[in-house]
Amino acid sequence: MDSTHDPLLARLAGLATDAPDGLLGRIAARWTRAPSPVGELLVAFTDEGIVYARLEGEDFAASFRERFARPLLPAPRPPAGLLPALRSGRSSGLRFDLRDADDFQRDVLRAALTVPRGQVRPYSWIARLVGRPEAAREVASTLERNPVPVLIPCHRVVRADGAAGGHAFGRAAKEALLRAENVDLGEVRSLAEAGVLYLGSDTTGIVCFPTCHNARRITSAHRHGFHSVAQAERAGYRTCLHCRPGLAEAG
Amino acid sequence: MRDVDRETGTLPECADLVVKALVEDLDEGFAALFAAYRGLVFSTALRLCGRWADAEDLTAEAFLRAYRALCGYDRERVARLRSRAWLMTIVMNVWRNSLRTEARRPPTTLLEEPVETPDPHEGVEEAAVRRETGDELAGLLGLLPEDQRAAVVLRHVVDLPVGEIAVVLGLPQGTVKSHISRGLQRLRALTTP
Repeated sequence: MDSTHDPLLARLAGLATDAPDGLLGRIAARWTRAPSPVGELLVAFTDEGIVYARLEGEDFAASFRERFARPLLPAPRPPAGLLPALRSGRSSGLRFDLRDADDFQRDVLRAALTVPRGQVRPYSWIARLVGRPEAAREVASTLERNPVPVLIPCHRVVRADGAAGGHAFGRAAKEALLRAENVDLGEVRSLAEAGVLYLGSDTTGIVCFPTCHNARRITSAHRHGFHSVAQAERAGYRTCLHCRPGLAEAG
Repeated sequence: MRDVDRETGTLPECADLVVKALVEDLDEGFAALFAAYRGLVFSTALRLCGRWADAEDLTAEAFLRAYRALCGYDRERVARLRSRAWLMTIVMNVWRNSLRTEARRPPTTLLEEPVETPDPHEGVEEAAVRRETGDELAGLLGLLPEDQRAAVVLRHVVDLPVGEIAVVLGLPQGTVKSHISRGLQRLRALTTP
């Protein structure tokens, strides 16, 4: 029977409809490119946020497919805030899609987001911040597998002795990213070699991580080095509310 | 939206183009696959499950599974694909799985949502048209047994030829035809005052 003569068939045919716009965004990720201090960055994002970033040169599509098993299509435009974030080194306005990570990994990545541009924190600090003080090693391996390096600034998390530690783009890129933010990792290292992990000011009575902007303002005449927060506290110092050095050790 | 010529029942060229694009590049090919069949898959999903949100979930899940399957195929296998029947087979599998999951859940009939949540982006005029032609009949489709509903939706809502429906449902053509005719009979009885 032909639908033109049968009202039921015509009504059934009328039940066809197009898919709503935006449905593709639930299925496929988009990719775009953006400049970074260590070279051109390829960035993938979903409708939940930025999901993956790698330096140009690797097979981006293949590694994305292996890790996320999702179609990847070119983006008509970069996601909101990406270019300003890369220019300023501040990612606080960006949305990230970390559904692929487990709870611990997500907490670690979010914690790394809180380290300001131009400063570094030790792995143990992140471990304490996410409530797993014994897990500094797992923090390091999670950050080395950071799906969105540069944008989630895992390069700002280093070893307590001032060694750069691992990075998804390699140690040289990690050091270059820190240099681009004017972090003097060499200074952190030589302080650590001399047994100094924290710096205090005898005018404010506050103790900080050496790269904290409050520590950098201390003039040499008023600068005092400490091996531990406990030692600084015994000397009458309190911990900086900005860089929270107390999180780096027990007690 | 119509994928088959009503008179001749032949596949349009886009099916070949989809396979060609998939052989060239998996991701661009996927975009072509989605563009060619988005309406077909969504319409099928909507009329099978009855709820807009479920249809979106089913459509997304089916396309994602299709992509993941394609990742594991070699070029020859992709080149031999009958893209539409292959995709619709996945859609029907996802739908049947969702029915099984739903059957295992405790019944919530008292708090059941309305049969169809309207598309939030739909215009006033479209909504009026849908209410006249769609709502009631769409609800009645939900009263058909699953085999008949699937056959009627594939044949008369999205207009697949019987031969392809047989492939998609994994049934002999005769069985498909009898599901269609019993389903239509039931719908006629339900719509005749």
